[in-house]
Amino acid sequence: MGTIQTNVTGDTGEDLALVQAAREGDIGAFEQLLKRYDRNVFRIANHITQNREDAEDVVQDAFLKAYQKLDQFQGNSKFYTWLVRIAVNEALMKLRKRKASKTVSIDEDVETDEGFVPREVTDWSPNPEQLYKQAELGDILEKTIQGLPAGFRTVFVLRDVEGLSTEETADALGLSIPAVKSRLLRARLQLRERLSRYFKKKKNDGDKTQ
Amino acid sequence: MKCSKFLAELNDFLDGSLDASLKSELEEHLTWCHNCHVVCNTTKKTIEIYRENQVYELPDALRMKLQTAIISKCKSSKPKH
Repeated sequence: MGTIQTNVTGDTGEDLALVQAAREGDIGAFEQLLKRYDRNVFRIANHITQNREDAEDVVQDAFLKAYQKLDQFQGNSKFYTWLVRIAVNEALMKLRKRKASKTVSIDEDVETDEGFVPREVTDWSPNPEQLYKQAELGDILEKTIQGLPAGFRTVFVLRDVEGLSTEETADALGLSIPAVKSRLLRARLQLRERLSRYFKKKKNDGDKTQ
Repeated sequence: MKCSKFLAELNDFLDGSLDASLKSELEEHLTWCHNCHVVCNTTKKTIEIYRENQVYELPDALRMKLQTAIISKCKSSKPKH
């Protein structure tokens, strides 16, 4: 069984050159960084806040903050990881504002065994993407990931959807590496369990192929 | 190998970051354990389906609007030293 390939986002060397140019006042260089990463920041913000208007605000606030703090970027991490850290903080602030009565934290460790004892052990149909229209599939994926605790879905999105490494995810979220690994496993297993309800092979599917 | 041990190592197995001997132990487990085989296969598909079908895509019109707004704010803001 093949392993999962990681998305590679941007080019670190090019990013550094653009950061340097932007620091020296080249706004066009910053615009290139913005165009390179605005879609990623929007997705991450949406996953965390679960609110589109908040996500739009996060994109604006995160890039403006990154621009203002460009001199503080040390170059120890990738520009993208640094930007994600700013965006995650902005998104969490929005989430806390909306859910003022509840404490929202990605540090919060949710004790749950969901997924650890797999209940759905039927294989999926060969191509789940063909079972549903694109829009329906999008709704299923969105609804399913929304049901996860904020800390789990944020780790899953950064690590598996946006392709950050375990170390970069830990760095962006201010979590330890074991915490990222544990949350990622639980997020993956919970999503698998929930998606199985939609994608599992129907009992008579096997008969058709015989 | 027990199924619980298999599940605990599943992340590193899928990410390809296990050492060779542990990897072959897991592969051996998969040859006879149907449940772990299904869990492994469908977890891999879970990751792939989220990666290939991005939810929350930024529509082009909104993207242009946000870019214009951000650059205009940056122009009127001074970097903080």
